[in-house]
Amino acid sequence: METYTLIILLLAATLRVATPLLLAALGGMFSERAGVIDLGLEGKLLGAAFASAAVSAVTGSAWLGLGAGILTAVGLALIIGFACITHRGNQVVAGMAITLMVGGLGPTLGLAWFNLGGQTPQLDGAGQRFTALVWPWAQTAREHPWPGLLYAELLSGQNLLVYVAALLVPVSGWILAQTRFGLRLRAVGENPHAVETAGISVTWLRYRALMISGVLCGVAGTYLATAASAGFVRDMTAGKGYLALAALIFGQWRPWPTLGACLLFAFTDALATRCQGVALPLVGVMPVQFILALPYALTVVLLAGLAGKTLAPRALGIPYAKDK
Amino acid sequence: MNGSGGSATERGFSASAVPAGARGASGPALELRGIEKRFGTVYANRAISMVVERGSVHGLIGENGAGKSTLMNIVYGFQSADAGEILVNGRAVVIGAPEAAIAAGIGMVHQHFMLVETFTAVENAVLGVEGGLQLAGGLARARRELARLAGEYGLEVPLATPVAELTVGLRQRVEILKALYRRADILILDEPTAVLTPGEATALFGILRRLRSEGKAVILVTHKLREIMAITDRVTVMRQGAIVGEFVTRETSVGALAEKMMGRAVGGPLEKPPVQPGGTRLAVRDLEVRDGQGVVRVRRVSFDLRAGEIVGLAGVSGNGQTELLGALAGMLAPSKGTISLGGRELVAAKVGPRERRRLGLAHVPEDRLGMGVVAGFSAAANAILGYHDRPRYTRGPLLRMAVIREECIQKMAVHDVRPAAPDLRITAFSGGNQQKLVLAREMDGEPSVLLVGQPTRGVDIGAIEFIHRRLVALRDAGKAILVVSVELEEILGLADRILVMNGGEIVGEVARGEATEAQLGLWMAGVSGEGRG
Repeated sequence: METYTLIILLLAATLRVATPLLLAALGGMFSERAGVIDLGLEGKLLGAAFASAAVSAVTGSAWLGLGAGILTAVGLALIIGFACITHRGNQVVAGMAITLMVGGLGPTLGLAWFNLGGQTPQLDGAGQRFTALVWPWAQTAREHPWPGLLYAELLSGQNLLVYVAALLVPVSGWILAQTRFGLRLRAVGENPHAVETAGISVTWLRYRALMISGVLCGVAGTYLATAASAGFVRDMTAGKGYLALAALIFGQWRPWPTLGACLLFAFTDALATRCQGVALPLVGVMPVQFILALPYALTVVLLAGLAGKTLAPRALGIPYAKDK
Repeated sequence: MNGSGGSATERGFSASAVPAGARGASGPALELRGIEKRFGTVYANRAISMVVERGSVHGLIGENGAGKSTLMNIVYGFQSADAGEILVNGRAVVIGAPEAAIAAGIGMVHQHFMLVETFTAVENAVLGVEGGLQLAGGLARARRELARLAGEYGLEVPLATPVAELTVGLRQRVEILKALYRRADILILDEPTAVLTPGEATALFGILRRLRSEGKAVILVTHKLREIMAITDRVTVMRQGAIVGEFVTRETSVGALAEKMMGRAVGGPLEKPPVQPGGTRLAVRDLEVRDGQGVVRVRRVSFDLRAGEIVGLAGVSGNGQTELLGALAGMLAPSKGTISLGGRELVAAKVGPRERRRLGLAHVPEDRLGMGVVAGFSAAANAILGYHDRPRYTRGPLLRMAVIREECIQKMAVHDVRPAAPDLRITAFSGGNQQKLVLAREMDGEPSVLLVGQPTRGVDIGAIEFIHRRLVALRDAGKAILVVSVELEEILGLADRILVMNGGEIVGEVARGEATEAQLGLWMAGVSGEGRG
């Protein structure tokens, strides 16, 4: 039974780690299926994390924090859009620039406003965070570990944003495959000239895709600062935006495989956390640094294995100019 | 010449072709009045007025840069005119974007297809006219409607296959279907036969005739005069942004059109002394080339290239010619077979492109801007590219720019490169002048074998003549020349011997005198005849 509990807890941790990854990856999916490389994911996550934590700390409302997180990430997405769509700038450079800018701006504003060394105040008041929603009879269910614990720890006990993220997978799939917007989005990522010829504005379509990415990154960043932890800390995203991008590529720009990739990355992350200080058979206690590097090493190996097989949107990364 | 205000009889048309699809309006299907478009100080279009009638195929011809594409882009809303009026069915319309053109009943089939390759024909057709926020209904409607249109106009295509898996000819049909699905009554086709086999082109003309008999107005933009003669009712000739002539097709001739188009008399067919081939210069045996994905692109290719002959390699684009050329030039490593240059084996010995140059193999690549020149460099720098390590150009690690400039000026004079400005960026020259400079560079080393890919792609007629004459002169000087071209006319005019490639193999070989276009067309389409004797 001990192993069973361990596995359940490991899976529960996986879900929690996977949520921001999944939200960001789905955001990136909309942007990249429209043909715009989303290297700004990391920056948008970080920006949203800071904004949501700051607003929640000041107003005492996690919901206002969420709104601020979304607004900030959408704003950053629009800056990228202005540089890359309107002015046909280099998408990689614009994304990196946003990430670097936010990395410095967050702590700077934090220092100016809260005087806590670049952090935001600890969120411990009622309603300042998104906390676990406990489903009916969860406590009772624990008394019957199989399947009660599964219910209590995995289905119940997550916060609202986790459920939102889960729901967004089928919703994104439906939007892409079954709606007019999805068809146009897929088309503009493959051949924007065909879209323009069909009488549709490439610019407006791509801006909308970036804004969706902004909204989802806003939710993801808010999750990091006001659900997974209780406030903003410098560099708290720790590369999750890039990991999300890797999951998106590994998932071949499709919602369900991307979910799988996010869960896989999150699982190794959860496993790595569990394995710290634990003596493993044959190798003994592994150094912490080695264990923490595992998810990233896995990413490198998986993406290297994909080389040459990717089904990337054909126009990905190419600024659209009418006259070609 | 100026169509506006002329009556139907003056335009030489019977008004009897009552359009089936016309929207109950009077006046010609399309009328342009005084269209002007300027880029900087250069007029791309100047005082263009023309009339296209319903139930007719209207040809629009002109050399590269004559302004045809600009004019059609204005009509389709890709560019906006500085002045002038567009009338559809006698009513003035403002076309600021493709959306407005579509609404006015104008459809366009671009030279480079505007299709989403991962989509099916149905998905491509509904893009932009989905008819609702959800797709299912629109797709079902489109499937039915496309099947009907396909039957009506002879445009059968697989509707459920991704476009990427269709042949070029079928993709073009998807483009036409797309326009018809949007209820286009005026259909513009930009160089539609450039990518087709002769057989596919004939089929396309059949479809155009069908469209005409249904009352559609078809505008055929091309530089191929024979197509104009074969299919159009009227033809408008453009030169330097202006209309220089308008004819009823059956009252004119290829010669008259060519003269109008170029503004001077054409030199007539290429004159060539009889071929006197010497010894074998390049021998290829059983060559196989794979691409990066391991797909075989060239298989079992064997041929000889002798001194003093031009061998033409014909075929529809993408049938292995590019890879064959790459392997011969040393850019791709063959997976099997041998290449010997003047008796020396190159493949097993791993002789690279640079060493091959030194051994007397020159190469004018197909992709001029990608491989033939460095776009950001000056003409002088481009004129020594690949030969830059010759002692006369260098002093230690430095380049002797004065010598390089001087030689470039000489080359420009000999090869009629205009303007004779060695310091000008290569991209500021026209395609023809770029090509002349590349040819000059490659000839400079006195090679024994010359590989030329698409010698006149993107080159205007005047320069085509010059380049062709130049190649024949080189042949007469004893060079062995391989010309790879997708222009069948070019192959027929230049080559002494013709090889045809299909699916990576050489499927036919014929001497120039015995070649018929029909036979070559069948070979190009992969219909096996008797093949190589």
